[in-house]
Amino acid sequence: MKLRLATTLTLTTLFAPSAWAETFQIEITNLTHGNYFTPVLIAAHPAETHLFQAGAQASVGLQTMAEEGDIALLVSDLQGLGADVVGNPAGGLMAPGQVVTTTLETLSNNNTQLSVVAMILPTNDAFIGLDAISLPTEPGRYTFNLNGYDAGTEANDELITGSGAIGTPGIPAAPGGDGGQNGSGVTNTETNLLVHIHRGVLGDTDPTGDPSDLDSRIHRWLNPVARVVVTVQ
Amino acid sequence: MNKTPLSKTLAMLLPTLSLFGCGGDGDSNVSVNPGSDAVFEVRIINLTHNQPLSPPGVILHRSGYSAFAAGNPVSVELEVLAEGGDPADWIAQAEANNAVLATAADTAPVGPGGSTTLSITGNRSADLAISLATMLVNTNDAFTGRSGIAVGQLAVQESLRLNLPAYDAGTEANSETAATIPGPAAGGEGFNAIRDDHDFVSIHAGVVTSDDGLNTSALDESHRFIGPTAQVVITRIQ
Repeated sequence: MKLRLATTLTLTTLFAPSAWAETFQIEITNLTHGNYFTPVLIAAHPAETHLFQAGAQASVGLQTMAEEGDIALLVSDLQGLGADVVGNPAGGLMAPGQVVTTTLETLSNNNTQLSVVAMILPTNDAFIGLDAISLPTEPGRYTFNLNGYDAGTEANDELITGSGAIGTPGIPAAPGGDGGQNGSGVTNTETNLLVHIHRGVLGDTDPTGDPSDLDSRIHRWLNPVARVVVTVQ
Repeated sequence: MNKTPLSKTLAMLLPTLSLFGCGGDGDSNVSVNPGSDAVFEVRIINLTHNQPLSPPGVILHRSGYSAFAAGNPVSVELEVLAEGGDPADWIAQAEANNAVLATAADTAPVGPGGSTTLSITGNRSADLAISLATMLVNTNDAFTGRSGIAVGQLAVQESLRLNLPAYDAGTEANSETAATIPGPAAGGEGFNAIRDDHDFVSIHAGVVTSDDGLNTSALDESHRFIGPTAQVVITRIQ
């Protein structure tokens, strides 16, 4: 579990006023050519806490998000930290090219860091990630490009099996209806078991054959895969 | 926006503080505390799936030293690092440069998901910079790193975090054959003085691999990478 409780309230004490409510406009863009995002999780949370970190093992909450697209566990972890959370601003999947705008209100001045995650579909355990950047405080528009990460929790077999459950191989779905079937599997091993930059999908051009159920002409990506624009009024 | 007045106050205070902290503030010839050292911890995280990074080399320097530049040929010493993974020549070359204050090199590779932390110390100045390089060993001549990360304005305990792309040294054709890749995927040759590629630094396009149709490749799909390939976190600790 990488989420840790903040140990001090120093900032609160120093800068006292209780009414530090701050409103941020958050715009998220799916920059990929043919990949969907599952419900996006946006969180303002305390310093020294992370939803994920490169080179660290994924928490069960992160694994569940990255393999199933289910953010409930992460939301629950965040609530335990007193974080301010926006879950599922698109009201479902975000299609390639889709832009979603929402409002994030920080009710605690402890919540100085911004993180954003969502599963990339169709993949085994890829996710878009923004890891604890400092929320801007001066008025302006701030743009962040997000990379595609591999949670390191499931072998990238690239087989659309309908199964998303953690601990079970396979990809839940290809929402674009452009996935294949009957592949033999790209690999059944995961060399790097920690969170890392995703190497991208291999895919192939045979919808009913080996090795992958993904289409190399549709489902590949290069970084960045998503853009987050934070506006401070 | 109850926060704005405070933010503005801080914004006004901080540059003042950093002026005191770093001296000079843009004037590289002035130092408030001559003789006092800045100490930096340089943490390098391997972001790839299956590309061990060769022992990283780290160089602390001032303006006047350039490790490499996109569009330009690499030095023979950096070619040795990028083709064979040995940082020794590159470090020795840097140490001969008057603008270089200190160097550090790891003794072991950094595996996928792994990290290493090197410490480097040098006399404070506003134009302090850190350069680093390490090879993606399951390639012909891919390396990751950065030339000239400005660290002269970092306050004590302040950090910066950067994602680093993979570069192609441009000194060896990307044949991906077993004979030409020194990493554990192949165990082939490292440095070779012949330059049979376009001889300038570019962003690496990634590896093709046998799983994607290059039948003569010693690599498989697990060795593929798209940038970034490493993350560096630099913290000034003194």
